[in-house]
Amino acid sequence: MSEAAYTPQELMVAAAAREIRDGELVFVGMRLPILAYGVAQSTHAPRARALYELGLMRERPPSGFLGTMGDPPNVAGALWATRMSNVMALMAQGEVDLGFIGGAEVDRFGNLNTSYIGDPRRPTTKLPGSGGGADIAILSRRWVTLMSHEPRRLVERVAYVTSPGHGDGPGWRQRHGLAGGGPAAIVTTLAVLRFPPGGGEAYLASVHPGRSVAEVRSLTGWDLQVAAGVAETPPPTAEELAHVRRLDPEGFWTRRR
Amino acid sequence: MGTALEPAIPFAAGHELIRQGRRDLTLVGPISDSLFDQLIGAGCVRRVCAAWVGNVSEGLGHCYRRAAERGEPRPLEVRDHSNFSISLALWAAAWGSPYVPTSTLLGSDIVTTNPDLVLADGAVLVRPVQPDVTILHAQRSDADGHAHLWGPLGITEEAGLAARRVIVCCEELVDADVVLSDPNRILLPETKVAAVVHEPGGTHPAPLQGHWRRDHSAYRDYAARSRTPEGFGAWLEEWVLGPADRRAYLARVDTEALRVRRRLLSAPVDYGDE
Repeated sequence: MSEAAYTPQELMVAAAAREIRDGELVFVGMRLPILAYGVAQSTHAPRARALYELGLMRERPPSGFLGTMGDPPNVAGALWATRMSNVMALMAQGEVDLGFIGGAEVDRFGNLNTSYIGDPRRPTTKLPGSGGGADIAILSRRWVTLMSHEPRRLVERVAYVTSPGHGDGPGWRQRHGLAGGGPAAIVTTLAVLRFPPGGGEAYLASVHPGRSVAEVRSLTGWDLQVAAGVAETPPPTAEELAHVRRLDPEGFWTRRR
Repeated sequence: MGTALEPAIPFAAGHELIRQGRRDLTLVGPISDSLFDQLIGAGCVRRVCAAWVGNVSEGLGHCYRRAAERGEPRPLEVRDHSNFSISLALWAAAWGSPYVPTSTLLGSDIVTTNPDLVLADGAVLVRPVQPDVTILHAQRSDADGHAHLWGPLGITEEAGLAARRVIVCCEELVDADVVLSDPNRILLPETKVAAVVHEPGGTHPAPLQGHWRRDHSAYRDYAARSRTPEGFGAWLEEWVLGPADRRAYLARVDTEALRVRRRLLSAPVDYGDE
């Protein structure tokens, strides 16, 4: 398969799907993670379960397009339709293995800003806010964020911590009483960054096909450390791509923009 | 409003608030899709107390940005929450508690910028948020406000219990024996309900389980047109201020393409008593 046979978003979905292990309870966010869950459940993780913050648990993804987690096909055939506080309760008990969070800005310790660029009292940009992001960041056992790889998005230090990652380094979460394990990976349009066990600073784990370590480092807003065995991110398989395109037939999430 | 998150948003009621020229409202909700952005752009809002304001499938809320960044058309006070914390703030009000302690938002700057959240003894104390009125849209209700809402409920129960009073909008207005045949599905006590509004199609462009699909193109159109104040003004005139009522609004929508056709009936339950 040639490199042009898939889009960066399709590769991100496949990479995110591989973060999901079979049997896990996954707190699914919006956009690409909805597709990532669908791909994982349809391939290597048939016994995974999805939780959606508006109050849903389901196993099989509905076939076809979802604009939001609340579209009627995502409700029909659910394992549980309930109130939000019930699904948050499961996460607060530590029962959510993996969560996905979107973000506008992430820093070297995996802290996310989805609230304010500039002074919160008079911001230059007001971003939409936490949604369930801060809850996932604090309470899930581990989480992954997906982001466009640009220097203005991968920054040395976020100006506002909406969803805390590893704070200012190893041990920060424990000191502040955060229940969950924090960020495990940042999947970008160019690469996959990971965090060491126990928290700390993100490092470059793999670069996507056609990209170089130097390019990724130059487009990162801090001096990005590189794993000794930095690899190439495996491209999406034909099976993964088929599922992505089944779940997003018009490319609303994966082929526009 | 918008207490079920993306589905069942009472857009018709929100648009009526705009038509009536309401001012200085405090909006409370989790995510309300683009409805909050529209109310803010129309100048109805002084404060927003929510987890997320934007356009779920399209991204940023342009009116929200203009109001928070430049005070246009009016200055806006923002009290940020997470989804969990706005739920807990409403539960606190529903239970009559001075606060609810939680471990969510530990380590988040949201605690430092929202005065309704206090860090104490290793926990976050969430102060109650009591709406004067909660507006919701359900699939069916009787005239007394015994509403059946099915699908994910989001924060609808706590928003209704916390509020001083509730306005129930419904897709179908039914006889009491229909809803009373399944009291477990009744959302809220009739004592909370101040008014029932029969407003079919009142959630468009938001979906409603069993009735309406989500109108993704309407959200995309709104996102493109609301980028500028002028574009938003033209959108508002066309979709809110111009149409005389909801029927005139729906005449502009391809309702047949959005209507849910596949029926998936649940099994009835037996409340037999002797």
